[in-house]
Amino acid sequence: MKFKKYLLLISTLFLALILLSGCGQKPLSKQNILDNDKESKTITWGVKADTKLIGLIDVKDGEDKGFEIDLAKAITKKMLGKDAKAKFVTVTSQSRIPLLKNGNIDAIIATMTITPDREKVLDFSDSYFDAGQSILVKDGSDVKKVSDLNGKTVIGVVGSNSVQNVQKYAPDAKVLQLPDYAQAMTALKSGQGDALTTDNVILAGMAVQNPGYVVQGKPFTVEPYGIGINKGQDDFKQAINKALEEVIKDGEYNKLIKKWFGDVPGFNYKEVLRYD
Amino acid sequence: MIKLFVDNWSQFLTGFGWTLLSSVLALFFSLILGSFFAILEVIPNKFARIVGNVYVEIFRNIPLLVITMFFYLVIPMYVVKINGFAAGTIGLTIYTSAFIAETVRAGINSVDVGQMEASRSNGMTYVQAMRYIVLPQAFKYVIPPLGNQFVNLVKNSSVLAFVAGFDLMYQGNSIASTTFETVNTYFVVAIFYLIITLPISYYMQHLERKIV
Repeated sequence: MKFKKYLLLISTLFLALILLSGCGQKPLSKQNILDNDKESKTITWGVKADTKLIGLIDVKDGEDKGFEIDLAKAITKKMLGKDAKAKFVTVTSQSRIPLLKNGNIDAIIATMTITPDREKVLDFSDSYFDAGQSILVKDGSDVKKVSDLNGKTVIGVVGSNSVQNVQKYAPDAKVLQLPDYAQAMTALKSGQGDALTTDNVILAGMAVQNPGYVVQGKPFTVEPYGIGINKGQDDFKQAINKALEEVIKDGEYNKLIKKWFGDVPGFNYKEVLRYD
Repeated sequence: MIKLFVDNWSQFLTGFGWTLLSSVLALFFSLILGSFFAILEVIPNKFARIVGNVYVEIFRNIPLLVITMFFYLVIPMYVVKINGFAAGTIGLTIYTSAFIAETVRAGINSVDVGQMEASRSNGMTYVQAMRYIVLPQAFKYVIPPLGNQFVNLVKNSSVLAFVAGFDLMYQGNSIASTTFETVNTYFVVAIFYLIITLPISYYMQHLERKIV
């Protein structure tokens, strides 16, 4: 009797959820983001807050700082004029796509690789940076290259494509997914894994912050970063691409690369400079 | 949503299994640990009372995530290597045991002092009086609040996701970020949690009616 009642309740809930999920999936906005932003003179960017050199909140003044932050500011100014403002919202690899989809942010500039899977759910601008996946290990570790990770434990971050990549290059590696890079790094330090894997620029920043840890071996993938935009926002996308092109053309892009990656050990900034 | 489940059922079920295992382990040990500290808090010995009190007040007032992170990150650095699942389950056990201790202590205190006095004057020792007279009555009072603690425990087990403990929430995060079907994924995850928690709720209601 009790059991029947319980069964009934569960099935009712199931039905309700199926119905709900059916109607909750409407496209969020038919609005034109470019027009909205032109009006408010603001673009809201989703950026990383835990990645040194790329996007990091400075604990001293609470400001976002990094290459992607500066690039986003430059693009904003090119798109909407000198007095335009770039607003930053912190995202993680896991939260960035949901936040874009529900309209909290206008665009993602957060070390996001252009992948076919992601292109199914959102649009990308032209690539603004070419990274490559690599591994970070303790100095003197016997992990020299990615294939050495078979049978070992490797730490990655939820929502990044590096956890899927590493399973291709080291199929027998055990993968642990942690919420963000700061926590992944701490887990590596406390011995929860043998290596940390993600893109080389991110790892370079971590190696700077954590002496005794080194980026090991050559990158084993190519990860072109793109700015993520909601589907159906072609005006916005074209404006971003145009602004990006201008930033590269007038040399500001290379200035930013030099500013952030100019003297990072183990990272040759000259390889990522762009000339037009 | 059904398609999402069909495509990822093995991952969801793995997560369900780990969540269930972690909950059962934590429930078992926190009940033992909690009862132990509850008794420490009521026996007529000042030192034991202080120990019990300090334990309860410390772990009841620290967020579960902090305790778990401590076991995941700090203990492996200095003491012994423990993985995410173990760290999460230990954190869950300690955290819940503090609440259970408070609940059981309240139950013991709610048994009239006269019961203890009467048993003692009938020639029972303190331990006998506790064992045969006070505790059986106390457990009746604490069944409803204990049920709440068990339900909370199952829900709190989602803390495992933050330390790569392979539980439901962890698998949910992983599925959501590969399929991009965020809403549907968390719906499925919620249903799986209900599958564990609803029977507990019902069973506790049933016990309550039967015993009290």
